[in-house]
Parts: sequence; C-alpha cells; structure tokens
Amino acid sequence: MSELSTSAGRAVEAALGAGAGAAEAYASRDSGREVRVHGGEVESLTAATQSGIGVRAWVGGRVGYAYGTDLSEAGVEAIAARAAEAAAVADEDEFAVPPEPAPVEALPGLSDPAVAAWTTAQAAELALTVERTALAADSRIVGVEQVVYADAAGRVAIASSAGVAGEYESSDCFAYLQALAEGDDGRETGLGFGLARGPDGLDPEAIGAEGADRAVAMIGAVKPTSRSCPVVLDPTVAASFAGLIGGALSASAVQRGRSPFAGRLGEELASGALVLHDDGRDPGGSASAPFDGEGLPRRRTALIEGGRLRAFLYDTYTANREGTASTGSASRHGYRSQPSVSPSNLVVAAGALSFGELLAEAGEGVFVTDVAGLHSGVNPVTGVFSVGASGRAIRDGELAEPLREFTIAGDLVAMLGSVEATGATARWVPFGGSVSTPPLLIGAMAVSGS
Amino acid sequence: MLARALANGGRFAEVFAERRRGLSMSIDESRIEAVQSGAEEGAGVRVVEGGTTYFAHVDGLDPADLERAADEAAAALRGERREPRALEAVAISPLPIELRPEDVPAERKAALLRELDERARGEGDEIAQFTSSYAEARREVAVANSEGLLSSDDRTRTRIGAQAVARRGDAVETGAETLGAHRGFELLEDDPGAIAEQAARKALTLLEAGPAPSGSMPVVVGGGFGGVLFHEMTGHGLEADHIQKGASVYAGKLGEQVAQPLLDAYDDGRLPNEWGSDAIDDEGALTQKTQVIEGGRLTAYLYDRLTAERDGVVSTGNGRRESFRHLPIPRMTNTYIAPGDATPEGMIAEVEKGFYAVSFAGGQVDPATGDFVFGVSEGYLIEGGKVTRPCRGATLIGNCLEALMAIDAVGDDFFMKTGICGKGGQKAPVGTGQGHVRVGAMTVGGTEL
Repeated sequence: MSELSTSAGRAVEAALGAGAGAAEAYASRDSGREVRVHGGEVESLTAATQSGIGVRAWVGGRVGYAYGTDLSEAGVEAIAARAAEAAAVADEDEFAVPPEPAPVEALPGLSDPAVAAWTTAQAAELALTVERTALAADSRIVGVEQVVYADAAGRVAIASSAGVAGEYESSDCFAYLQALAEGDDGRETGLGFGLARGPDGLDPEAIGAEGADRAVAMIGAVKPTSRSCPVVLDPTVAASFAGLIGGALSASAVQRGRSPFAGRLGEELASGALVLHDDGRDPGGSASAPFDGEGLPRRRTALIEGGRLRAFLYDTYTANREGTASTGSASRHGYRSQPSVSPSNLVVAAGALSFGELLAEAGEGVFVTDVAGLHSGVNPVTGVFSVGASGRAIRDGELAEPLREFTIAGDLVAMLGSVEATGATARWVPFGGSVSTPPLLIGAMAVSGS
Repeated sequence: MLARALANGGRFAEVFAERRRGLSMSIDESRIEAVQSGAEEGAGVRVVEGGTTYFAHVDGLDPADLERAADEAAAALRGERREPRALEAVAISPLPIELRPEDVPAERKAALLRELDERARGEGDEIAQFTSSYAEARREVAVANSEGLLSSDDRTRTRIGAQAVARRGDAVETGAETLGAHRGFELLEDDPGAIAEQAARKALTLLEAGPAPSGSMPVVVGGGFGGVLFHEMTGHGLEADHIQKGASVYAGKLGEQVAQPLLDAYDDGRLPNEWGSDAIDDEGALTQKTQVIEGGRLTAYLYDRLTAERDGVVSTGNGRRESFRHLPIPRMTNTYIAPGDATPEGMIAEVEKGFYAVSFAGGQVDPATGDFVFGVSEGYLIEGGKVTRPCRGATLIGNCLEALMAIDAVGDDFFMKTGICGKGGQKAPVGTGQGHVRVGAMTVGGTEL
C-alpha cells in the first residue's frame, strides 16, 4: 500500500473515531512544472509540488467535508475531525448515503514516463520552438504575447469505510500561445494549443502555426450584418457548447429544476446528426481515469443518440434520489473539492463531411472561430445564450472576409435540433471541460452585428 | 531561506508564506449542505535573474518544506552565490476585523442561510428554486525579499450570494445578488437577507421579459457592478504586463485623451474594508490609490514589482497572487469611475431608443484587440426617454477605445460591488464601482433581429 493510501485509510479511521458513521478520504500528490516564454527568452520557470487530503464524513444523513495540506498523522486526524464537525452543521438528507464499492477495471496508459524524463531545458526548447514557428509563419505576426508549456504527474488514492479503495497514476501536459498579428487597424490575437499525456505527444510547430494562422486570418475583420443564418462552429467553439450541454445533463441540475433538459428524457430533441457520449475511459481524454471522484468505475454513457435524449449523468447521491445507479460521474478538482456531478470527457461523434463540404452545405453564413463571455452570456438554467463571437464569413460555400464584434444567440435545446451536419475530423479541446468534437454545422442562428 | 534561494546567484529573491483557512456552506432546496472546511499552508519562493523568474512552491511551512522550495527555485541557475540584505520588518496594520468569522458558531451561519431562503421564498409562489452560499476565508501572508523587506498581512473576507429561479408556466428566469467585503461577520449584521429578496425580485421581474434588441444604440449602465464595464474595457488594458508585451490597446497612450473630460477613474487598494482592498500587495508593497484617468486623459498604468522595474518606475502596489502557488502579476484592486453630476433619471430621459443594463453577469476582454463582451443579467428597453419593458438574454459587445470615448454621462449615485476576476489562471477578489454611466453607442446582441 502506498503512503497516500495509508494516509487515506488513517483519515477514514480518524473520522469514524471523531463520531462519523461513515467516511471517505481522497488523497493526492503531484508535481508539475510550467515554462513561460516571451521574446526568445524564458520568462518564468515554475516547479510545483502539491499534496493534500479531503475527507467526507457522514453523520446519519448529514454530510460534511474538510481538506488540508498537512498529511502528518496529527494533521490528518485534525482534518478528519473537522469533516465530522462540518457534518453536524448540515441538514439531514435521506439520500446522502456513502457509495458502495463496485469493481473497477484498470486503465493503463494514463501516465507517460516522458513527463519525468524530460529536462526543463527540453521543455523550454519546446516552448521556444512554438514561439519561433509562429513568428516565422507570416510577416504580419509582430509578436507572441506568451507561450506556456506545462506538465504534471501525480497519484490519487481513495478509501472509505464502506470498502471503496483504489489508486492510480496519471500525467498530462499542454502548450499554448497567443500570437499577435498587426493589421491596418490594430492588433489581432490567435490562439494555438495542443494537449497530450506527455511532451512527445505535442507538435510545437503545429501549435505555433495554428496561433499565427488564427491571428493573421482576423486582419481586416468587419462586423457582419445582423441576421439569422447557417453557422459553422470551429471545434474549439463546438466544445464550449458541448460542455454547457453536458453540464445541463448532470442529474444535480436536472433534479433541482435548474436545467433546460429537466423532464425531457427520451424526447426527440436533437437532429439525427448529433451523437453525444460521456466517456470516462477514452485514452485520449484528459479526464479519463479508472474510477471517479468517489471511487466508482468510470464508463461510457450515451447522452444523445438517434436524436433522442438518452440519459443524465449521476453520482451516488443523485442516483439514490431516483433509485438508479451512478454513471461514475462524480468529479473533483483535486482534494480541495468534494465530489459533484459533471461530465468526464464529452465526445461528439465525427460525421462524414470534410470541412470544405461543411462550408458548401452552409452556403451563405458565418464560420465562428472564437466565442467570448460564456461565463456571463449563458443562462445554464434556461439554456438561453448570447455570446460575443469572431470568425469568417461564408460566401458561396467558401470562407470569405474575417468578422468580429458580433454575437450569436439562441438557446441550447433548440441548437441541438438544428445541428445539420458534423465534420469528419474530431479534435480534443480543453474548453468546456475535456471535449472531443468535429466542427458542427448549425442550420440557423441569430447573428447580431451592425 | 533567501540566502539558500540565492545559492546559485540571482539579482532578487523572495519568499512568500501563507496560511489559509476557510469555511463555506450553502442552502439548496431549503436544506443546509456542502458544509466545507479548509486549511492549507505553503510557500512560494522566486529568484529573478536577467529576464527570467525561477519559481517553486510547496505545500507545508516546515523548515524542510521551505528549504525544498528554495533549492528548487535555485536549481536552474548557474551563477555565483549572492547574499541577501538583512531583513527589516515593516510594521503594517491589517484591515480591522470586528467579529472574526471563526469565532461565530457555524450554526449561526446556517441560520443566516435559512433566513435568506425564507425571505426569497416569501417574495411569491413563483420562486421555484432558491440557493444561497456563505463563505469566509482568512489568509495570513508573510513576504520577505533579498532587499531586506519583511512584511505581513492578515486578511479576512466574508461573502454571501443568493440565486433565485422564478417559474410561470414555461417561462423560467433567474436572479442573483451578492454581498461581500474585506470584513468579518460584522458585514452580515445589517439585514443581509435583503440580497435574497433582491435576487428573487430580479427573477420575478424577468418573467415579464421579452427578447433583447439587436444593433447599435445608446446604453445606460447601472451603478455598482456596472463598473465591471470599466474593469474589463479599460482596467485590464492598463495592467503593465499587457502594456509591455504590446498586448494592450492602451500601450503608448499615456497622457492621451482616451475619454471625455467628464471622466475620472481610479484603482484604489486602500478603500477601507472594500472587497478588493489589502494592507499590502502580495510582494509587500503598500497598496495605494492610483488615478488612472483624469479628465479623460490616461494618467497611469498598474504595476507589480517586475513590470515597474522594466519601466523604471515604482510598483503601484498591484502585485497580486491567488495563493502561494502562483506568481504575482499586475492586477486591479478596487477599480471605479468617480461620481459625476448626472442623475440616472436625467440620462435615461435623454435617450429616444436605447438599452438600460442595470447589472451584468460578468464580462471578458481581449486587451490586445480591445474587443469586449458583457452578459447582461438585468436589462430593459428605453423608449421615448422612459424605461419600458425587461429584456432577457442580452449581451453588450464593442471595442474598448471606442466605447470608453463614447461615455457621455456619469451619474452621482456611486457605490461599490464585489467581483471575482480571472487572469492568467488566477482568481482575485476585485471591487468595481460607479454611478450610472451612459455610453453613447454600443452594440446590443439579442435575439430580436
């Protein structure tokens, strides 16, 4: 048993000793680094180590949570005691029952030894290559705001008084840049990024070129005229919307009447073109793990298939409320957060059309490459949204002039019904959670410009 | 530790140590839940040499933890050992806290949430859902650097939030309100339940809402959190890191007229007990009041230590970090447009057809292009100089330089509100404020085409 599992086990015992009827502990330890590069030089190098534990305690139907960084014996005991204390403040809830253990299948391939093997100098060189590639891509690229490379490797352990026990290792890394292009009337920015389990999985030239391409493409952008028209969403934008939809499909939102999908299970809401899964075991997805935030097996769940809404996502608590089973969808943001229902990796199925064919299908419309203000422009309860956007005009089925300073508006449920086609090439995107999606063609959307 | 950090050279070294304690809970479906207690401690050590910052952070404050951080920060340097100057403690007074939240029984905090729940639901049967949260956080920080500075601060923030969902037939609307300050539990002694009623009333009002208009029109922005408009469209662009990288539309514009002469604006980290106030910033510099716009002229940028060094000026006390796990970067504190002499009624009366954005759900800007977007949480149509009907789902978009210049009226009804700002992956508590403000023309993006 590793030191982490020992700490977790000790915390469970301590919580029981402090008066809890049941307890669960989640411990993690990870180390990471980050390199920021600007103007051909390393701007900052960060080395980080983190470790901590979070304890969930049940006292009857009352639940409390406490976390801390002190993994000494006395430290863990103090955290466990605080969890039991916190439980005393909560109200009784008959469905708040500790998760029962379920068989967990190992998931190899989550940890890439290259993360540990790469030297900081290698990591810095990767980031510098991203910057150089972007600067060399086009004479109108006048700078790069910054290039960031980051990686982390860590271990997670969970234990509970009900018999849940598990441990796994994982690693991930990413790099991105914000390239600056100079046009006649100001600067344009372009984002390029890549993510992988280890640095060998990143292509620094492709990342740099993407940032440069996106920035240069925006030079000379104008406002589109306000109208309702076909819209093609770039995968980065489609991912953000998929994330919003995935969040609204979590049972906690649905059960509390805070989801536009409440009461609509089984209904034909989407066009047949859109197939959406939650897949907690896809090796390509950064959220993949053998088990979820409460130690239950991660799995694949069909959310939208054949145009119908097939399922919601559950953790133990929300499943108990409906007398169903958890879908392994309890997520945590490290030991500081108690588990809550959210998608793992969302996967939008790729279709048959090339990008050119999607544009041709759209005919006259807008290709949206960026959206802004998602945290303030979307009402997750009603699904109504209006967000800032930029992109390119689509004319005669081809990309035309760049467009900026407009909004796209609508509602999430109606949008599902108007997905007319999906592109053939999907991509992992770190926006909206962890999402794999191709570009999407939406039949009609309100575009507001001038 | 500073000597250890400078073992392989470096022109500057700093140790930032922190102890964090917090308690939060919420009420949902009229039940107290998500009761959570946190305790963390750790340190971040940085060494600066040339243009590079070497940074390491660890959890834990034992001497061995600190040594590990200092060694890791120094590991990539290859120079000669340097000696730090002897430390000289700077005595500062943390902002006064009258009633420490940790001395108040948790049950009283739960009772407060129950009161909010009752008052929101008391606004009518159409309030279908109500959720409210309570959070207290204490950060004890100490900073020491190789130039001899040793300082510390003790910060306590308390905040409550309320969100109501109203339902009438198929129509569903939400309303939200918050109350927070760099204060203790005394913040909540004067009728905190009012925010629950305000959130409920917003949601109920929106049940009458129609679609938002689209197109360019005059926009009157409400006081308080309306100040997030200035925070996004100007404040971020004045942070020196953006300026120095050529990634701000305000670069090279110091001394220029960027707004009408009626506009004065400040960043002020010393406003007594405001949400964005601290005694010192996270590099040990005293916080200060910085006038950023005077009579419409751009007068200052916001600096942390390193960006100030690069420009040959002194830090404006804006070096902030989310925690010991982050490097300090230039950040706003409390940013506001100073009160003007117009009245809200007067500036609305002069608008033939326009939009009234009472408050925002938030906003976002790309400082390099100046393009911004704001989600309106409560908005109305203005027709014939009068506020007529509520609108749902409106977004304001535009470009900073044009929109700032287009502010043609500033109200006298000034107040501050709290916000949580995100930048470079770091969150910071910030205050925003203003009286009502009118922007001559701005793009409203709604669904009514």
